[in-house]
Amino acid sequence: MEPLTNKKKVLVQKPLTFAERIYLPAITKGLGITISHFFKKEATIRYPEVQREMSINWRGMHSLKRDEDGRERCTACGLCALSCPAEAITMIAAERKPEEKELYREEKYASVYEINMLRCIFCGLCEEACPKEAIYLDGPIVPSDYLRKDFIYGKDKLVEQPLVK
Amino acid sequence: MDISFVIEKFVLVVIIFAISLVIAMYSTYAERKVAAFLQDRLGPDRAGPFGIFQPLADGLKMLMKEEIVPSESSKLLFMMAPGLAIFTACIGTAVIPWGSDIHIGSRIIPLQVTDINVGVLYIFGVVSLGVYGIMIGGWASNNKYSLLGAIRAASQNISYEIAMGLSIIALLLVTNSMSLKEIVENQHGWHWNVLYQPLGFILFIVCSFAETNRAPFDLPECETELIGGYHTEYSSMKLGFYLFAEYINMFVSSAVMATLYFGGYNYPGMDWVLLHVGPVIGPLIGTVVLFAKIFVFIFFFMWVRWTIPRFRYDQLMDLGWKVLIPLAIANVIITGIVIAIVEKF
Repeated sequence: MEPLTNKKKVLVQKPLTFAERIYLPAITKGLGITISHFFKKEATIRYPEVQREMSINWRGMHSLKRDEDGRERCTACGLCALSCPAEAITMIAAERKPEEKELYREEKYASVYEINMLRCIFCGLCEEACPKEAIYLDGPIVPSDYLRKDFIYGKDKLVEQPLVK
Repeated sequence: MDISFVIEKFVLVVIIFAISLVIAMYSTYAERKVAAFLQDRLGPDRAGPFGIFQPLADGLKMLMKEEIVPSESSKLLFMMAPGLAIFTACIGTAVIPWGSDIHIGSRIIPLQVTDINVGVLYIFGVVSLGVYGIMIGGWASNNKYSLLGAIRAASQNISYEIAMGLSIIALLLVTNSMSLKEIVENQHGWHWNVLYQPLGFILFIVCSFAETNRAPFDLPECETELIGGYHTEYSSMKLGFYLFAEYINMFVSSAVMATLYFGGYNYPGMDWVLLHVGPVIGPLIGTVVLFAKIFVFIFFFMWVRWTIPRFRYDQLMDLGWKVLIPLAIANVIITGIVIAIVEKF
């Protein structure tokens, strides 16, 4: 039968030659290969101190953005929570009072905004769903912790730092 | 026998014991570092600068672990075996000459615990005793994997001891002595035995790999087949003792190889150095040289471990009985003939 590809390889099991039977030539060759690696640069990155550069479309921890005047962009429309396939986002909306004009951009804002980092799959759908460009997954790697409750990140951890004037 | 003699020997014993334990301890660290470097990694680097406290952390971990004794095991033997393993590993250092005699005034202090005239046989006997620790431990665990590992260790040691003994016989033909001290003295300067017995040295090093249960002959403790082999059931410091015994064995074998084949504390130009630095520092430089040789061998042990895959059991036996023993016999015969011819003319 004609072979379909030319990848076929016939294996011949010859008895070992004397040089192969005493193993020493092969062993010296192997030792040469391993010692050459001794002097090569190691591939390890010492993680907490040195961090690998992430790609430009890397998705890390969420951050809730502020606008150019330092007001929170989020209007608590709930689209991010709706779009979230892992149901990681919950929020409670509230109405802005007149004296809070400097804090929130629109009349409605999120008084509570929580993301459960253990549920989040970092798909970025909340980012896509947001009509106000208020949420981005542009943070670092979410740090580890001991208790489940500590993985529910509230506004204190999510909202961007206010602009320094 | 005066009291100063006893004190001198006691101090020497304590120093050698401490040194071999420290070297065994840091061999674990070196092993991990060498493994890492050979695989383009970093190895342990968290505990202290460059991770040099890693062995201490490991030892502490071993001590703190829960001690588990299998309910169906032979309790006494189970407890005894790791101690036996480490004891037999340690006593091998007693006859190794660590340096030439130190002269302080009229007093001569030999850097050797005891110079028995059958030193080579003693080493050989002690190394063979090491298998009892493994065998008893494996048997007392009452676990089939442990027993298989122990049996492998025993049969492997017996097979390779023959070739090792034969390679030593060829060496004895050259040196005419069984005392390690005399063997070393005969290799003054650079007249190292490896130059007269290259084949014997290769046989000896292969056999010592097998005797110390190191890769590529680490079948008694292969993880994939035997889940750790003879120490499967061991935990806590008893496991630590076994691992420790393996590293001490490695140290002793390296010392024996350096002594028998690589001139021990001899090095080229030693007479000149001895003349210029005096009778106290001179021998100590020799000791440093000996330790350098030992470290080279320990590095070689590790280097081989991370290069060669483990032998299959039948390959191991084939190599032992069909290759090494015939080669060792041929080596003895050829050495004998050459010596007879040289003496005749």
